[in-house]
Amino acid sequence: MKTPISYFVVLSAALFAIGTVGVLVRKNALVIFMSVELQLNAVNLALVAFSRLHGNLNGQVLAFFSMVVAAAEVVVGLAIIVNVYRRMHTANVDDASLLRW
Amino acid sequence: MAPDQIVFWVFAPVSVGSAVAMLFQRNAIHAALFLIVNFFTLAVFYLVLGAPFLFAVQIIVYAGAIMVLFLFVIMLLGVDREESLVERLRGQRPLAIVLGLGLAAEIFVAARASLGLARAPANFDQTVNAGGNAQALSHVLFRNYFLPFEVTSILLIVSAIAAMVLAQRERTTTDTEREVEPA
Repeated sequence: MKTPISYFVVLSAALFAIGTVGVLVRKNALVIFMSVELQLNAVNLALVAFSRLHGNLNGQVLAFFSMVVAAAEVVVGLAIIVNVYRRMHTANVDDASLLRW
Repeated sequence: MAPDQIVFWVFAPVSVGSAVAMLFQRNAIHAALFLIVNFFTLAVFYLVLGAPFLFAVQIIVYAGAIMVLFLFVIMLLGVDREESLVERLRGQRPLAIVLGLGLAAEIFVAARASLGLARAPANFDQTVNAGGNAQALSHVLFRNYFLPFEVTSILLIVSAIAAMVLAQRERTTTDTEREVEPA
């Protein structure tokens, strides 16, 4: 393995930052949600890279758990978005501002 | 150049490029397709890093199941309209981009300071993954992480029930009132 592990960590950081910008910039709830998925995947990549660096499988198991939690999170999140769309007929997060003062 | 270096330098630009393309895509479906490309490149990185089981799980669960769910909801809601460019908070977009770059730079500096150019041990497949990655992973999972594994099953049941409750149409008075009113 000739590639330094820090390359993978930097790539993961770049993907995480792109996901963060996506969450902050976009207005469509579904695209925001996809950006969150991108962030989760970036963290998974860092976990697997550290697992490789330290020579044990704890990082891979943690990435596995994070995938399961992400799957559960996607189900609930999409149900919430569908529910909001039914009530407000929009997927724009700016329009769902009932609690805004 | 070692094979893993070639794979990294081929797929890293694709990975970052597809993520950026997802960010700038106006159409939600195109954004989802770019995200699928990104998930595939991440799966390739898992393979390079000695995690073939996670490679398979990444493709089956993420690129397969989760993204199909996303595309299904996008089609269900029909959100292919243009996104509004009105800013509720003034200066949110530039500030978000600057802070995102700052975050990336911060992690870059931290990785450089702590890891440097440290290389992983070469014999990962002979020592840790001996007898197969899936077997080794199952040993760790079912011995050291058995309780979290069981808790995960509860989480999955709870989220399935939550999704059913949330997505259920309310069959109370509102529906009957709506039927009485001429649509």
